[in-house]
Amino acid sequence: MLAYAIRRLGQSFFVLVLMSFLVFVGVYAIGNPVELLVNPQADEVERIRATAALGLDKPFLEQYWVFLKGAASGDLGRSFVYNVPALALILDKLPATIELAFVAMVIAVVLGIPLGLVAGLKPDSLLGRGIMAGSILGFSLPTFWVGLVLVMVFSVQLGWLPSNGRGETVALAGVQVSLFTADGLTHLLMPAVNLALFKLSLLIRLTRAGTREAVLQDYVKFARAKGLTQGRVIGVHVLKNILIPIVTVIGLELGSVIAFAIVTESIFAWPGTGKLLIDSINQLDRPVIVAYLLVIVTLFIVINFVVDVLYSMLDPRVRLGGAAAAH
Amino acid sequence: MLRTLRLALVALAALGLPALAPAKDREVSIGLQAAITSMDPHYHNLSPNNSMMLHIFEPLIKRDANQKLVPGLATSWKATDDLTWEFKLRKNVRFHDGSPFTAEDVVFTLKRVPNVPNSPSSFATFTKPIVDVKVVDPHTVVFKTATPHVLLPSDLASVLIVSKANGEKAATEDYNSGKAAIGTGPYKYAEYVPNQRVVLKANFGYWGGEEPWDKVTFKILTNPAARVAALLSGDVQMIETVPTADIGKLSRDPKYSLADKVSNRVIYVHLNQSTDKSPPFVTDKSGKPLDRNPFRDARVRKALSMAINRDAIVDRVMEKKAVSASQLLPDFFYGTSKKLKPAKFDPEGARKLLAEAGYPGGFALTIHGPNNRYINDDKVAQAIAQFYSRIGIDAKVETMPSAVYFTRASKLEFGYMLLGWGTESGEQGSSLRSLLATYDPAKGMGVTNRGRYSNPALDQMLHTALLTMDEKKREAMIQQAAELAMNDTALIPLHYEVSTWATAKGFAYTARTDQYTLATGLRPSK
Amino acid sequence: MAARGDGPWARFRAEFAESRLAMAGLAILLAIAAVSILAPVISPQNPYDLAQLDVLDSKLAPGEVAADGRTYWLGTDDQGRDMLSGIFYGLRISLGVGLASTVFALAIGLVFGLMAAYFGGWVDTLVMRVVDIQLSFPAILIALVLLAVLGQGVDKIIVALVTVQWAYYARTVRSSALVERQKEYIEAARVLALGQSRIVFRHLLPNCLPPLIVVATVQVAHAIALEATLSFLGLGLPITEPSLGLLISNGFQYLLSGKYWISFYPGLALLLTIMSINLVADQLRDILNPRLRK
Repeated sequence: MLAYAIRRLGQSFFVLVLMSFLVFVGVYAIGNPVELLVNPQADEVERIRATAALGLDKPFLEQYWVFLKGAASGDLGRSFVYNVPALALILDKLPATIELAFVAMVIAVVLGIPLGLVAGLKPDSLLGRGIMAGSILGFSLPTFWVGLVLVMVFSVQLGWLPSNGRGETVALAGVQVSLFTADGLTHLLMPAVNLALFKLSLLIRLTRAGTREAVLQDYVKFARAKGLTQGRVIGVHVLKNILIPIVTVIGLELGSVIAFAIVTESIFAWPGTGKLLIDSINQLDRPVIVAYLLVIVTLFIVINFVVDVLYSMLDPRVRLGGAAAAH
Repeated sequence: MLRTLRLALVALAALGLPALAPAKDREVSIGLQAAITSMDPHYHNLSPNNSMMLHIFEPLIKRDANQKLVPGLATSWKATDDLTWEFKLRKNVRFHDGSPFTAEDVVFTLKRVPNVPNSPSSFATFTKPIVDVKVVDPHTVVFKTATPHVLLPSDLASVLIVSKANGEKAATEDYNSGKAAIGTGPYKYAEYVPNQRVVLKANFGYWGGEEPWDKVTFKILTNPAARVAALLSGDVQMIETVPTADIGKLSRDPKYSLADKVSNRVIYVHLNQSTDKSPPFVTDKSGKPLDRNPFRDARVRKALSMAINRDAIVDRVMEKKAVSASQLLPDFFYGTSKKLKPAKFDPEGARKLLAEAGYPGGFALTIHGPNNRYINDDKVAQAIAQFYSRIGIDAKVETMPSAVYFTRASKLEFGYMLLGWGTESGEQGSSLRSLLATYDPAKGMGVTNRGRYSNPALDQMLHTALLTMDEKKREAMIQQAAELAMNDTALIPLHYEVSTWATAKGFAYTARTDQYTLATGLRPSK
Repeated sequence: MAARGDGPWARFRAEFAESRLAMAGLAILLAIAAVSILAPVISPQNPYDLAQLDVLDSKLAPGEVAADGRTYWLGTDDQGRDMLSGIFYGLRISLGVGLASTVFALAIGLVFGLMAAYFGGWVDTLVMRVVDIQLSFPAILIALVLLAVLGQGVDKIIVALVTVQWAYYARTVRSSALVERQKEYIEAARVLALGQSRIVFRHLLPNCLPPLIVVATVQVAHAIALEATLSFLGLGLPITEPSLGLLISNGFQYLLSGKYWISFYPGLALLLTIMSINLVADQLRDILNPRLRK
């Protein structure tokens, strides 16, 4: 177990280095940040000065080397645009995004798994069909469109919820959280629902599919034959066996919710990393893009690791690091 | 009984209500379209920043809503000879920390401007012509320039004065945190959250009189629909840059009012004249390169301009929030010519001119443009393509985010480029020098001339104008230069953007040509 | 229930027809497919030919008559494009982009996911780390790089979508294959000394498919929506050749102003398309899943 963890750590390190290099190449391929940062009315002298000030006058590989040296000491560079340490900028915005992603995921799981179970146990009932049809709505319309319709209905027409921004926050272990204030919750609700919709549909469908299979399996039939209650059969035997793909997907989706909250954050002006990222990409603010991705990848690595550990707990047939041992 | 009740009510009102209700009345929120990247007034020369900084800091010379120069921290200024300028400073002005404003602060500011570390776009361009500053007395300064520099007052209107006492050891971080963000302006720093909001508080001791707002919150709402939704739901009381799609609805709704003004930004087309043969993305109709560059022929350029129905673009694409353009600035600005009129829409004439120039069957081109930079930029590009299809030119459209577009455009990777230009100085000479003088960045000429148009006669006129101190003569020269360039269709001007602001009922905004959104322009209305 | 036909095909048909909902879905899907194939023939206008558009006819409401006497039944967009024709053509592109990118991404993800699970060891490590990188790269950054390097076009957007999505399949396949690999039938196949590719593709693959089909059908929809989102961010298809997604995102800005038709009708078309694909796919999956055989 420990050896496995150490090996994963080593691999992760290479992932991070490779990742940062890819971003350097990517941003380089997209365009020259100076074109966007320097005032168009500025003269050539000013352009050259700005290029040098941002360190963009050095050869490409040297720029990367400078970055690596800084990264080794924990410095991921300063934002071209904001002139503050890129890492600090991201860590400042990360709680808002994680909070949003977390609430969205909770909504998706809390609603998705029970609805999926119902649809899977009674696939031919009106309720089951209704749930399935409803779930299609969740992923067939683009997020930005649904987001704006939500705003139109609940903020503009009904005036129930604020249209944008994050509400009042309270400090929780040094981190600003808006989950525990009424104002914070009203701000959080719409963006979280908007972000949750796709995941919700996916979870409903996955749970339903898994349930339909599971109820036909021998062990479920056997459990039923033993006279176990319906609740126990579903809760223990069905649920436990369909959880593996679901945990994978939840793990994946939690990561992708954090990483790709871009659209939702921009419609609701949610001050998180997604909005920061899209603005940074549009401005070619390379240090922020790199730092963002490194933070996100680290997060993904942790999530994946947790998911793998959960597998081994849910299904004894999967052994950690055991892939190699099979031969 | 009734009397006591009334008394009680009055007493109650005196106790609690007036303190609460007007305070709420005196707070406003404003939705901005772009992030404020710093609270350091010398860090990033960028419109949204410059606009925000004007609340906290002030320049020696201000620009009014029409970009006319008016006294700011200087009460008067004059050129005593070709190389010397004398500025009289305003007396009894205090910084937010109570310290008095003097000539030393001006000297300090000029010293700081070119030396802000990591600045992605500095203000040094504006202070560079000044080679020496002399303090005559605490309220008189004298600037020396190496060559005659008639634009000095205009340049100094872009330089905000910081306090020497607070600024001496301060870095950009100290301005962002508010520690050094101490100016003389009508509002004080209260809070700055990057990419989210800026909060300002009234400066009650302001020399120019009291502002109607105690607290102003600027929210960054980059998504246009989110901005409108915030106004409609009452989360903000004013938004800038109203999406054209929503203008019709908002203008009919009595709950809102619109303010607009033609801006200093022209949307235009640069035609790539850098190559002898086909410029990029320009071919004959079968896709083969042409043996000469059609854009070097003034007749072709003129035909491409005449084929565009500017009125239709203004009316349908821009929802009337644009004005057909004849030059680089609307004709009430300095150096513009009243003789120039927008090219008349004449597809027949355009066909004839093309035939005369040797392209009776037209040719093929791709219109390149950004899709997130100017108002409805991608729609304008599409509309132009429609008009070209009617004069026998096969036009494709390719639009992309500005992150990709401007780098490629500067490398001249395109043939037909949709671009925009905002003249911050408010005088046409500088725009002509940047966009149409022969490309020579070392001399500061044609720096943004992506069409590489080159005309020695025009260069000569612009050069002479730059050294002429007599305002009347200088303006005449710039007008003449503009007429020369526009009659040669050196570029294709399309329209001037109209800046729009929408306010909730009970508020009124004084629209500005420089597209700035200032709380000082927002007033309660009855 | 239905005729006990002869041969697997007839049985398949009979089983499929058991669900009326699935039959309805199939009918709609066929209609949509027909419309998108026949778009050039049945559309009143070629919405991609700029010469046929007139900006002076822009934003007409549904049923409004233009200056030249033509009636636009679903209205026009901001360029004067007939919405009906735009939707017909847009369906074609959206379906094409959605299906093509899903098929390619699925194929790539399947191969890598199976390899990772079956071979384990360094192959697994390598594939999964690449997957980690891929999954954390924002789609918008990938799309922007591809736009800068390759330019704009339908083929490029497919490349972008495949690049974004394959890793997702790879991970899903791997996780179910890891479970399947340990089961008796694989052991048995190994004991029989069957070829590795035979074990992987004939034995492992079919048993990993069911959860994958769920993900894939959802992903076709997701791919179409992702294309719309990229268009919304200005990174999608050329604006003169709009897909459904691009039509929706173009109309998006008119939602607040009451010109609902510019994004409502394309949205409706998208909804119908995705719904029918899923109705059909749900039934197919139930029939094909060996574990649901009664």
